[in-house]
Amino acid sequence: MAHQDNHAAHAVGFKDYLSGFILSVILTVIPFMLVMHPDVLGLSRGATLITVVLFGLAQVLVHLVYFLHMKTDEEGRWNVVSMIFTVLIIAFVVGLSVWIMWSMHYHMMIN
Amino acid sequence: MTAYEPHYPNDAHGHGHEHHHDSSGIKLFGFWVYLMTDLLIFATVFATFAVLSNSFAGGPTAKEMLRPGLHLVLVETFALLFSSITYGMAMLATYRGDKGAVLRWLGITFLFGAAFISIELYEFRHLIHEGAGPQVSAYWSAFFTLVGTHGLHVSAGLLWMLVLMFQVGSRGLTDTNKTRVGLLSLFWHFLDVVWICVFTVVYLMGVL
Repeated sequence: MAHQDNHAAHAVGFKDYLSGFILSVILTVIPFMLVMHPDVLGLSRGATLITVVLFGLAQVLVHLVYFLHMKTDEEGRWNVVSMIFTVLIIAFVVGLSVWIMWSMHYHMMIN
Repeated sequence: MTAYEPHYPNDAHGHGHEHHHDSSGIKLFGFWVYLMTDLLIFATVFATFAVLSNSFAGGPTAKEMLRPGLHLVLVETFALLFSSITYGMAMLATYRGDKGAVLRWLGITFLFGAAFISIELYEFRHLIHEGAGPQVSAYWSAFFTLVGTHGLHVSAGLLWMLVLMFQVGSRGLTDTNKTRVGLLSLFWHFLDVVWICVFTVVYLMGVL
């Protein structure tokens, strides 16, 4: 990603964008259909929830690889390192907020 | 990375061609670090939204308000996805040095982005009309903050795209402009990644 100069230009081609696009279409349409037409497959609410989250995560990865061209090679390493650090912080901020507040709601019987 | 040499802004106009790739590389990396901090903003807004995801205060719920408009969200998602691949085409045209194609693809990307924002504004107007405005409950405050923050980013990206089209149109594909196309590319694809999280968490999980 951080090497869109002329050297790396040829490493990124039309095929990357096309594969990313096709995968994204599939990973978008399936979770939307599962939620909009729940009777077709008849999945339970919990199973739909997990499937939707997994498809979302998969599509984020597809975008990172095919559109943002994340690579772990010499050039892209620091981009990946800073991303991993950010994801770690996000996991703490979101995960712990939800854990603490939902647990508090539960004990205060708010929901 | 090879990009840790000192960088002098004035080099960009071709005084030191041997410096160019380094300055471009460190700009892209610096912008990437900015995107990571932007991701943290979105993370705090997502955390707030998740904590308040059931706080309807007896008012309209996410399920009853958002489910009828889910097909519009699908259209929005596709508008943004199409804009991602058309920006990719602009990027490939930049590598080829094809100025006309860069301008055309940027224009098409702009139209898809504008379609996304139009549908979002239509949805906001509709929700407020139906009595689910940001003042109604903590949930709807968090909803408008999260979806609106993403929408503002896309709007900023659209403004940037207009400026970039003007810059490429008037000065051509100089090294500086090529770097700029690369920077907006990172921003634009990054916003699509955030949108995946938004439609998954807010719309799909929200109406289940």
